[in-house]
Amino acid sequence: MESMNEKVLEKLTAKFGDAILESNEFRGELTMVVPKERIVDICTFLRTDEELHFDLLADLCGIDMYTPVKRFGVIYNIYSLTTKHRIRLKTFCEEENPTVPTVSGVWGTANWHERETFDMYGIHFEGHPDLRRMYMPDEFEYHPLRKDFPLMGIPGSLELPKK
Amino acid sequence: MGLESWMGDGYIATKIEDVINWCRKNSLYPMPMGISCCAIEMMAAAGPRFDIARFGSEVMRFTPRQCDLMIVAGTTTYKMAKVVRKIYDQMPEPKWVIAMGACTSSGGMYRTYSVVQGIDRFLPVDVYVAGCPPRPDNLLNALMLLQKKVQRGECQGTAPAYVGDFHGPHQSKAAAQ
Repeated sequence: MESMNEKVLEKLTAKFGDAILESNEFRGELTMVVPKERIVDICTFLRTDEELHFDLLADLCGIDMYTPVKRFGVIYNIYSLTTKHRIRLKTFCEEENPTVPTVSGVWGTANWHERETFDMYGIHFEGHPDLRRMYMPDEFEYHPLRKDFPLMGIPGSLELPKK
Repeated sequence: MGLESWMGDGYIATKIEDVINWCRKNSLYPMPMGISCCAIEMMAAAGPRFDIARFGSEVMRFTPRQCDLMIVAGTTTYKMAKVVRKIYDQMPEPKWVIAMGACTSSGGMYRTYSVVQGIDRFLPVDVYVAGCPPRPDNLLNALMLLQKKVQRGECQGTAPAYVGDFHGPHQSKAAAQ
């Protein structure tokens, strides 16, 4: 009787093989690192497969590792409403021109989550229908959740009404 | 008092400014700029237990044109600051501002790039209320402090013009400092 984690890993390696760069299981949570070129295929497979059926993208967030190579990552937390199982997928991209293909065609909720990730980290999502800032004003030049952005912000970057 | 003794009962002698200020202080119409959690405590202050109506402020009009007191209740981000200032500018004078809670007084627990560290950076504030959120009776205490201020005729925004002052508004002593 294999666990769901093993089943997921087995199916993914059977179909995609070398695309699963590394996988890690910690306290029952399976995390897999995939290259960004294959992310859309992997996500489509995870969603449409009848046994796995991961139909809910619970969260899509960015992460700034602040390493010289592969600085930005995008993390996908997906959940299956039928099998009640969760897994996590990670992709990484470079600091120069960070782009990741969009999964908003696979899960509709990714639309706003990717807008938030773009606003906070500057990760550009190729193929996104409406990529613009979400929290900061549209003319804001920086990406606040990057590690090199100061906590109190850049003075003068956000305008305040006169007293 | 000498004047009342020959006028008899039913008359009091006072200054017009005092009467006007007494009327103003007992009928402060708040503009509830309820942005975030402090708004719940403001609603509680308007509820039956901590009744704000007994101070004359039951009428919480949501249009600034009919209000004279703005209670800014909630975290003010830079994006929202423009809106708050616009609403403040639409209020007729004399107008007063209560900064309710820690976030409006100093940025509160949000020491970050997007939160204005105190609304006094873009609004003249009369009374600050500490608390996160302040209890409704704390807000009523602030209202009473503000009433004392109004009775003295002090206004941070602009000085209220006195009745019979044909030369335009003049500054009270405190506002001139």
